[in-house]
Amino acid sequence: MGDHHGPAKGFGRWLFTTNHKDIGTMYLWFSFAMFLLGGVFALVIRAELFQPGLQLVRPEFFNQMTTMHGLAMVFGAVMPAFLGLANWLIPMMVGAPDMALPRMNNWSFWILPFAFALLASTLFMEGGGPNFGWTFYAPLSTTYAPPSVTYFIFAIHIMGASSIMGSINIIATILNMRAPGMTLMKMPLFVWTWLITAYLLIAVMPVLAGCVTMMLMDIHFGTSFFSAAGGGDPILFQHVFWFFGHPEVYIMILPAFGIASAIIPTFARKPLFGYASMVYATASIAFLSFIVWAHHMFTVGMPIAGELFFMYATMLIAVPTGVKVFNWVSTMFRGSMTFETPMLFAIAFVILFSIGGFSGLMLAIAPADFQYHDTYFVVAHFHYVLVPGAIFSIMAAVYYWLPKWCGNMYDERLGKAHFWLSFIGLNVTFFPMHFVGLAGMPRRIPDYALQFADFNQIASMGAFLFGFSQVFFLFIVIKTIRGGAKATDEVWENPEGLEWTIPSPAPYHTFTTPPPIK
Amino acid sequence: MATDSKSVDGYEPYYVPEQSAFPILATIGLFAFVFGLGTFFNEMQAETSGSGRYISIAGFLILSATLFFWFRQAISENMQGMNSMQLKRSYVWGMGWFIFSEVMFFAAFFGALFYVRNFAGPWLGGEGDKGVHIALLWENFKYTWPMMETPDQVVNGAKAAFVGAGEGNSLYPADAHNGLLHWLPLYNTIILLASSVTVHMAHVGLKNDNRSAFKGWLFITVALGIGFLFLQYMEYHEAYVDLGLTLESGIYGTTFFMLTGFHGFHVFLGMTMLLIMLLRAQKGHFSHEDCFGFEAASWYWHFVDVVWVCLFFFVYII
Repeated sequence: MGDHHGPAKGFGRWLFTTNHKDIGTMYLWFSFAMFLLGGVFALVIRAELFQPGLQLVRPEFFNQMTTMHGLAMVFGAVMPAFLGLANWLIPMMVGAPDMALPRMNNWSFWILPFAFALLASTLFMEGGGPNFGWTFYAPLSTTYAPPSVTYFIFAIHIMGASSIMGSINIIATILNMRAPGMTLMKMPLFVWTWLITAYLLIAVMPVLAGCVTMMLMDIHFGTSFFSAAGGGDPILFQHVFWFFGHPEVYIMILPAFGIASAIIPTFARKPLFGYASMVYATASIAFLSFIVWAHHMFTVGMPIAGELFFMYATMLIAVPTGVKVFNWVSTMFRGSMTFETPMLFAIAFVILFSIGGFSGLMLAIAPADFQYHDTYFVVAHFHYVLVPGAIFSIMAAVYYWLPKWCGNMYDERLGKAHFWLSFIGLNVTFFPMHFVGLAGMPRRIPDYALQFADFNQIASMGAFLFGFSQVFFLFIVIKTIRGGAKATDEVWENPEGLEWTIPSPAPYHTFTTPPPIK
Repeated sequence: MATDSKSVDGYEPYYVPEQSAFPILATIGLFAFVFGLGTFFNEMQAETSGSGRYISIAGFLILSATLFFWFRQAISENMQGMNSMQLKRSYVWGMGWFIFSEVMFFAAFFGALFYVRNFAGPWLGGEGDKGVHIALLWENFKYTWPMMETPDQVVNGAKAAFVGAGEGNSLYPADAHNGLLHWLPLYNTIILLASSVTVHMAHVGLKNDNRSAFKGWLFITVALGIGFLFLQYMEYHEAYVDLGLTLESGIYGTTFFMLTGFHGFHVFLGMTMLLIMLLRAQKGHFSHEDCFGFEAASWYWHFVDVVWVCLFFFVYII
């Protein structure tokens, strides 16, 4: 077993692999494919909204696009991308030979393409695909749903199983596979944030499974979970869904915090400011994520005590998040900063994510939320946390670690061009949505009143710019993998972490015996 | 390789398996199973018949067979001594977190029950600020638990889609027809609590290298599990046939059958695991220092027991 060998030949390598690097690569490519697919769905939406009135698609199809865009991005693009990064990086960061349970790791990945094939195929079924929004509120998703909802439910079930197995693997790897001397408080923050994320996933994916199971039973077996006629309550759906959904939001951002905490110190050439407080802040955010879910449903008519509790609990989240932003800024303060592409993405992450955080605070104020609820202001808010939050951090991570993965440096000029195109495209797309939202434009509607036309045209143009920039990103990544300047083992100037002590590209097997930890 | 020169002394290599076909086969089985099941459900809804059930069964067989050979391989690797202590700990962590995920699955259904009984139900009956609006929709509906008459019935009478089982037809002890001695949940509680003790006795037997005690207590545990499932079948039969309480009887029937049904399904899973451990014990598997397969199954069994205790209180008593 001590012998070292490379990957198997042919396509079987990918089907049968147990190697964390292969599986990480597959997750990342799958995520990229879903990102482009979800992006196409988004562009259908933006093309239709370029002008008021109905031009390109029927309203029913528009609804399917908003639904599938959300599902593809949340479950297909962001989560698998973070799992891909976890697979590639966590064993190298903690000095482990591989993930704890390598065969189950492969199973976690391969369920995803099948689940998404099932989900995407619903678009071609009779009655169309899911058309009830990615939050699939009952009774839209039960009583009034197309027949394809059954496949949607099972697709969610198996991707949930995939997430749970992936998370169990990550927790077992972090808790059991660290090299001797790698104490918990020496772990890189990316590992810490993933440990907490995996815990959140194992806690809430089963609740989502319960939620879709209740739907399945209501649709096919006459139960009345979400039917007041039988003594149930449609609002129950929202409670169960958001008990999953709010921690899910943090599942999509905590690993991003870990990435920013890895990149900013490298390019500020200073150690991370406040490591321990970063760990505690992450844990606090995870804890709070379980007691804020009903801020998504202030307008359903909760008792006043509920409104107040969820309002205050939500505002509390600003405290640990503020700690994090403070720490990143303090890390940069008086650092010898350079602005390579990963750093540009990381800085944009800090600034734009804070904007998304502030609009989140506005939405957290229950009486104000009565005005903002279900408007484009909400769309602007969560796109500001997800696109420059989750997506930018993933891109930053790709630029930062790609030289380690493939052994070649990316082209810095192209990387910077990609950053600026994305940065401009993103802001042009989503910033105007704040204004139309505050002025009262409702979300998820294919038509709108005339006075919103100008801002919508600007947003649509920004969306196409952002979309095409990502094709450019694809080009840059492929170009880097195929060739380019050779990366050194360290890649950057004195970066911290075990992954920089091994050769570039990283050998197929690393740390078959644990490295010494200082 | 560069990393080898810096190895730590006394490190047992961590076994990373070669390429494996199990995961992709299991994926294909799982996919066919759920795709077929979805198709079957839609066919039922549309009152047509098609290939759904056959695809589903085929998928289930592929999945089961793959898992069988997968576990067999993992067991044989361990028996060949390929698993270091560290690798064994990975399995321990894996099982522990898997059980936590199961706890959260049940939490969703217990949460639904809690919400309905403490919030949605009283509001439907007109209580509080929210009740004012809802009372207009479901006039004259009085909330009680167990809810034996649905709002649908109160408003729509004979045309109601959700028909409650009627007064006196719940599974609470107050409605036990021939007195408490014939109240099945009580016996099931005793059976399951006893089985948790017997599976522990089996563990003690194994730890003392007393294999006949190990196998005997394990056999009794499996038998108690089957006994539980049999009584639950009797209870469901009584509910459906004698009481008219079904999945479609409104929220009481819904929560009752979904909670006890998923629990029963987990009892079946746990019983199957223990049965497999019994068969393995017959083949001479497990020693007092290496028996995590059995311990994992017994953890699962204790988990199922704890869920039942919660069910007993929240579904049958309170």
